[in-house]
Amino acid sequence: MQRGTARDLFELLSSMRFAISLLTALGIASIIGTVVQQNEPFNAYLNQFGPFWFPVFETLGLYSVYSAPWFLVILAFLVLSTSLCIVRQTAPMLREMRSFRERAREVSLRQFAHRSEFSCSLHADDALARIEDYARANGFAARTDRRPDAVLVAARQGSLSRSGYFLAHGAIVLICVGGLLDGDLPLRAQLAFGAKSSTSAGQLIADIPESSRLPESNWSFRGNVFVPEGRSNRYAVLRLDDGILLQTLPFSIALEKFHIEHYDNGSPSRFASDLTITDVETGQSFSHTLEVNRPLFHHGIAIYQSGFEDGGSSLRLRAHSLLPGHPARQQDIAGAIGDVLPLSDKGYAHTLELTEFRAFTVEDVVPDPDQEARQGSVLTQVQRQLGSGAGAPADKAMRNLGPSFVFRLRDEAGQAREFHNYMMPVERDGAWVVLSGVRDSAAEEFAYLRLPLDEDGRLETWFSLHGLVFDPARHEQIASRFAERSLPGADEATRTRLTATARHVLDLFAERGYETVARFIETTVPSDERERALDLFLKILNGLVWEAWAIQHEQSGREAPILDEARARYLSNATTALSDSLLYGAPLYLQLLDFTQRQATVLQVTRSPGKAVVYAGFLLLILGIFAMLYIRERRLFVLLKNNGDVLVALSSNRRTVDVDEHFGRHVDALRLILDPAFAPDTPAMPR
Amino acid sequence: MNELAHRPGSMPGFRSAALDWLYLAALLSGAALALVRYGSHMDGYDTAILIIHVPLLTAVGWHWKPFRGFAATVALLALAAIALYQGDLARADQTFALKYLISSQTAIMWMSALVFIATGAYWLGLIAGADFAERTGSALTWVAVAMGTTGLLVRWYESYLLGPEIGYIPISNLYEVFVLFCLITMLLYLYYETRYGTRRMGAFVMVIVSAAVGFLLWYAFSRGAHEIQPLIPALQSYWMKVHVPANFVGYGAFALAAMIGIARLLAGRGILAARLPAERILEDVMYRAIAIGFAFFTIATVLGALWAAEAWGTYWQWDPKETWALIVWLNYAAWLHMRLTGGLRGAMLAWWAVIGLAVTTFAFVGVNMFLTGLHSYGSL
Repeated sequence: MQRGTARDLFELLSSMRFAISLLTALGIASIIGTVVQQNEPFNAYLNQFGPFWFPVFETLGLYSVYSAPWFLVILAFLVLSTSLCIVRQTAPMLREMRSFRERAREVSLRQFAHRSEFSCSLHADDALARIEDYARANGFAARTDRRPDAVLVAARQGSLSRSGYFLAHGAIVLICVGGLLDGDLPLRAQLAFGAKSSTSAGQLIADIPESSRLPESNWSFRGNVFVPEGRSNRYAVLRLDDGILLQTLPFSIALEKFHIEHYDNGSPSRFASDLTITDVETGQSFSHTLEVNRPLFHHGIAIYQSGFEDGGSSLRLRAHSLLPGHPARQQDIAGAIGDVLPLSDKGYAHTLELTEFRAFTVEDVVPDPDQEARQGSVLTQVQRQLGSGAGAPADKAMRNLGPSFVFRLRDEAGQAREFHNYMMPVERDGAWVVLSGVRDSAAEEFAYLRLPLDEDGRLETWFSLHGLVFDPARHEQIASRFAERSLPGADEATRTRLTATARHVLDLFAERGYETVARFIETTVPSDERERALDLFLKILNGLVWEAWAIQHEQSGREAPILDEARARYLSNATTALSDSLLYGAPLYLQLLDFTQRQATVLQVTRSPGKAVVYAGFLLLILGIFAMLYIRERRLFVLLKNNGDVLVALSSNRRTVDVDEHFGRHVDALRLILDPAFAPDTPAMPR
Repeated sequence: MNELAHRPGSMPGFRSAALDWLYLAALLSGAALALVRYGSHMDGYDTAILIIHVPLLTAVGWHWKPFRGFAATVALLALAAIALYQGDLARADQTFALKYLISSQTAIMWMSALVFIATGAYWLGLIAGADFAERTGSALTWVAVAMGTTGLLVRWYESYLLGPEIGYIPISNLYEVFVLFCLITMLLYLYYETRYGTRRMGAFVMVIVSAAVGFLLWYAFSRGAHEIQPLIPALQSYWMKVHVPANFVGYGAFALAAMIGIARLLAGRGILAARLPAERILEDVMYRAIAIGFAFFTIATVLGALWAAEAWGTYWQWDPKETWALIVWLNYAAWLHMRLTGGLRGAMLAWWAVIGLAVTTFAFVGVNMFLTGLHSYGSL
């Protein structure tokens, strides 16, 4: 009984039905892994799935499906099933490959789907020789069986087709086993049995405990090495779930320079690292330029150009205060990307986290192609498609906006906002402005503050205006000057009234910019007069800012400005920027004065012991599949009876249409050589 | 497959044999000329790929005779375009023959138009039983393939005219591979047309090619995808030249099998059954297409793994495109098991082939649309 159960189990595991079920299960499991992004930081999953589902999915291993225990179990079953299938098929297949079936009886030959009979007019020995020659000439191996009443020539070809089965199925086993050696299973095993544990990311190398360091002798790993220009590193970081491990390498990698080259259209054309690699043991070193698609192999470790980052570019910054009542204060700061600097002044104590620097900021400024393409009739559209595949010269899709940097400002409560500041001005609607993007979280788009450049091409005028307009102590002065200029000949009472109105507008604007002005109008003015009121308020506001500008000119000892078109545009942009600056969410604006770029290269280093096994599997797989699908096993039987009757039968392991054709040609050809009187309808030339 | 070389009754004549040798001589001299004139610009892999093409194209041409004429026509058209360009891209708009005939975009537009007309002709032939319409469909399909292939070859040349550092083989973005897909599907179909001596399946196969051309036109007209864009560093590899074509033999063959599957299902319900080839013929074509597709898809996936090992540092990392390639592979592996070992036949397998196309389509386009990963050659 026990034996029977084992036999049943063997039958089940080695059955094709079971194998197909496994293939299906593997397919479905794989789909899950493409739908849920794999190996992201756990925080991202927590945000995506919420606190309820996050732990559920974590338990199910959905964040790294392909190394989840249940997935490995499916793979293991596939390997087991395929192996058992090979075991089960070996003996019968070998027998089948060796056998000619020359003992086949006439009765069984008559059961064949492909069979034909005719009579032979030749002498039996002559006929036999001709049949044997024919078989040999057509690529058959043949064996002859003499019987009392007949002679059977049993010929076969394409037996190698069956070897394809072993090759292909053996290949699957090899690939799975090799893949397991190169996956993170060895690492997980070390964690489970080797007293190693992962640690949290973001620590200094020196702080990482011994238990999270892997020795040089580790035989299977894949990790990243981060090397800034002018530095060197001999540790690779291995990520596992939400933690990291440190892999010590037998050599150190120093980066001299990282190169990025671009095509004319702004997309990158080349990434390369000038490396110097030094063996730790011998001290020998050599230089090598590593490029994408051209890995370097050293001490059995493959080194790939995988990415690049900022390696601590140093920035010189100027902080302009945006706090009301602190007119035009400046503070110069020096820092490097990666630094966390205290940043405090009267009224705030923030920390500045410099996160990113870009020497080129490539922006996509192509007009919406949907719109462009829809213009014109069908004929002109087709006309536009004709010709070469080169784009029109006007379609320079990318524009370089120059250097920029990204930073976070964290307030006392730990809340951080992210900023993206550009160094160079850009032209927007005919005026030059400097952009500063701000957002509350990485999930949002940046909202841009556009600071206008003054006539000297500097930002200083705007900051002076900011200081004046948002300083409550100055409001009375600005308002009365505005009233005086607007109504030069008016009486005292009218002027006082206008001063009060102007003062009120300025107070409103200083609160939350256009927003408070608009709300005031909405709540106090009847709806049919709102538009007029808004117009009036904006005129007053423009006049006030203009007055502030005049005061600023006086203060710096210059002549009063005269209004012209360019200044009117500046005034309008400056006012908008003043309003926006109230929603900027930072007490200061950081201007990038100067920088020294330092890039870092990210290299991937791997030691993959299973690679050779997997590659061998690949080769066998391809050979096996072609053998199985394209070597056709054919068995041709020619039974020559003593009475001159001939029975021809053909069998094939593939029931394809061409078997009929093939059989027809063999019959015609055999008949032609055995019965000279026979003339087939069409001349046949089987090969 | 060697005994399929000569269909019954087509005794290889002296003329055909002479053409075979002429064809080989042309291939040899073309390759030799390329090596002598441009060998200094080619690295070991380029040279190897060039040399491998001689026996490869010889085998295809000797085995499938009409291919010889096709190859010769395409070579002449492409050379004519190169001669007309005189190394100046602007001539695409100045020379009549380039502007309206054989510059890359124009040739691809010709292919697109001809595909639609050929589809119509095949359907007319199928429904009205008009032999002439079917012959026309067949001829137009040949011309469409020739124009499309010329278009890709000329595009290859044009990319180098944009700048020697920009030039690349035009099978590198979604637009170009869609053209490749159309070409390979049509060529495979034309092969089965000669092999089985029936033009009745063209109506079905050309529907999927038309759909691909429809997408292609939308992509070019609405998204401007036809413009040659230089390659990002990750794609600058000789592996591209072998990985992508192998993959598209797979995709093309699977698409063809699915369309034959639809024909088989309709015939099974008595629709067009009198006009379509016998069910067992349809099933046989379906099997052959899936077999060749599976073999090439295996090669493509293996080549992709070898390339990934060089570019990304590991031969397999469960990138969505890789994973979906595996799913496609598993699907057809199961299909072949069921037919070859399980002895399954009939409507069930036809349905499976049709569903297989849905899986393949997702792997081909869906992954780029819905999933993020490393295969960044095209997004929608």
